[in-house]
Amino acid sequence: MTGTRRWSDLAGRAMTWLTGGALALNLLLVLGLLALLFWNGAGYFWPRPVVLLTLADGTRVMGEIDDREPIPAIGPQAATTWRIKVKAGNRDLGGEEFKWIDEASIVSRSRPQNAIVLERVEWGNFYGLLAGRSADGTLVIETAGGERKEIPAAKIVREVHPNALSVWGKTGVYASRLREFLLDDPRESNTEGGIFPAIFGTVMMVFLMSFAVLPLGVLAALYMREYARQGPTVRVVRVAVNNLAGVPSIVFGVFGLGFFVYGVGGAIDRVFFADALPTPTFGTGGILWAALTLALLTVPVVIVATEEGLAAVPRGVREGSLALGATKIETIVKVVLPAAAPGILTGMILAMARAAGEVAPLMIVGMVKLAPALPVDGTAPYAHLERKFMHLGFHIYDVGFQSPNVEATKPLVFATALLLIAVVTVVNLAAIALRNRLRRKYTSSAV
Amino acid sequence: MSEDVPAIHPPALPAELSPEAPASPAMDPALEPEIEAPILTVEALSLWYGRAQALKSITMRIPEKRITAFIGPSGCGKSTLLRCFNRLNDLVDGVRTEGSIRFEGRDIHDPTLDVNALRSRIGMVFQKSNPFPKSIYENAAFGCRIQGISRKRELDPIVERSLRGAALWDEVKDRLHESALGLSGGQQQRLCIARAIAVEPEVILLDEPCSALDPIATAKVEELMLDLKSRYTLVIVTHNMQQATRVSDYTAFLYLGSLIEYGETQRLFINPAKKQTEDYITGRFG
Repeated sequence: MTGTRRWSDLAGRAMTWLTGGALALNLLLVLGLLALLFWNGAGYFWPRPVVLLTLADGTRVMGEIDDREPIPAIGPQAATTWRIKVKAGNRDLGGEEFKWIDEASIVSRSRPQNAIVLERVEWGNFYGLLAGRSADGTLVIETAGGERKEIPAAKIVREVHPNALSVWGKTGVYASRLREFLLDDPRESNTEGGIFPAIFGTVMMVFLMSFAVLPLGVLAALYMREYARQGPTVRVVRVAVNNLAGVPSIVFGVFGLGFFVYGVGGAIDRVFFADALPTPTFGTGGILWAALTLALLTVPVVIVATEEGLAAVPRGVREGSLALGATKIETIVKVVLPAAAPGILTGMILAMARAAGEVAPLMIVGMVKLAPALPVDGTAPYAHLERKFMHLGFHIYDVGFQSPNVEATKPLVFATALLLIAVVTVVNLAAIALRNRLRRKYTSSAV
Repeated sequence: MSEDVPAIHPPALPAELSPEAPASPAMDPALEPEIEAPILTVEALSLWYGRAQALKSITMRIPEKRITAFIGPSGCGKSTLLRCFNRLNDLVDGVRTEGSIRFEGRDIHDPTLDVNALRSRIGMVFQKSNPFPKSIYENAAFGCRIQGISRKRELDPIVERSLRGAALWDEVKDRLHESALGLSGGQQQRLCIARAIAVEPEVILLDEPCSALDPIATAKVEELMLDLKSRYTLVIVTHNMQQATRVSDYTAFLYLGSLIEYGETQRLFINPAKKQTEDYITGRFG
């Protein structure tokens, strides 16, 4: 008897540790991911010092120190030596943008006060010493190797003297770079500049998706819960809806391509844009089709959440409304739906979070690496829903793995990922705030 | 608290002489109290939930501007009967009725009758208070908004009148626009009564309105019922026999779907005609 009790006691305590440990591990992983993204992404914009290195063979190298790692030792007795990776820029002068240098070969290091970093429209960063400035703004720069180069002001995005900057000055540069990242267009095939079109495309696509998925999901759930006779048919439909949530997202992409792009879009083109054919207008991927495809992908989430919200509305409340002479529709619109609104919004939050992070289906229904124009601009009809768009999720993939200069864009991947998380968080927080407001309004705590 | 009940009952006539008595074989004085000008007339009403018969050929008349109580053990059909009056049983799948209920002379099952209009004339208060998840004001105004009254100028006096009528005004007048779910149980139940009287119904059905309330809240609701009697016909289902004796003028005892005895409350409780009634009211039942 005591034996079994001790056993169950022990098992109970072990279970506590097991479950708590699992939760702690989860939290640790999530926090670790966020910290990694934050460290690598947010730190990217901070101006780093420019060092001038003189090597044993007399060459001089100038640039930012990017990385430091031990040289793999050969043989067990070899002493550990280190090498550093220097971002030397100056791509137009030839040579590699990044140079690995053995620390052993460095004779001297210095941080010259007149070192300058020019962020340029083309060819990436230029590192050098400021040699002169002409009246029209053209800069004369002397590189570490002793070459002189004139760079016209029109080619310069930003001029930074990192070694001469105070903390405040560096903060200014940081803010300026952050602003460029958030609000400007990308340059140099997405490896530099900002990602505004991707932010805009992601947010607009998610909102379009919301407008499509909310009525679709809520109406379907209303029918299933309020009108349909509860029986085997409704049960089968319910199971089917739940299974729909488990279909691989690329399948939805293929469906969207076949149905929306070629089917609906093609028909629209034949009827309304026949003049432009064979060039497709709506018959090719676009932000509207992408949003509708994602709406199909996320509609099960909304249906399930809405059904649960409707089921939670007490029967007495419906009867109370009917007993006052309200019709069924009045009861649903005026009493049941407001009471179920927090549940419906919870479904919306989940759907939006899912949609914002989805990439695979979008690759075939309108998402592109570089969109020439935003889907909204100043020419009528202002919202161009047929246009292709950029997306943060795809941008991460493109910059990180399809870029001509992967080494230079690595920090951008982190920064973009951080931003995507931030966008999803902001959208979710807004929806949660709205839901809590509704909850307070309609269902404050009883008694 | 309430005005004295005027002596509407003339010296008891033999039941056979009552002109409006339906020609049912019962003709039993224990079932046929003299009621002049009944507002609701039930005739041979039977009801089935699927195959189970819940009401068995019930015939009775509900007097106007009086309180009629239905008593009986759980499952005897008293709530079902109450919910027949505003046809709330229509919502339940598989319900079938026979017989008729006439409200002011008209059969409520008449297919040309607008059931929503009927429900706005026969209000209902439920066992579990069920305020809408809206503000106190919107709860009281709900029925009027349904009927198309939406101007604040018209709604304000109706809301105040109905909340005063339900003896709730003084407690909530400073927080009319807060959620009704923040009220106490008794206040919620009185809000439901206010909601029902806001649309000026003729009949108010109360389905065990005090079963979830403490004695003080119960006393308030009972006082309110006696108050409302001057303007409305009240029909109340209750498990509490003291409550039936305190508030009702007439009492009907139902058992297993049948109306066993129906008469003036005083008479029924003091001098029950049927053995089953006596057993039930003295607690010797079952």
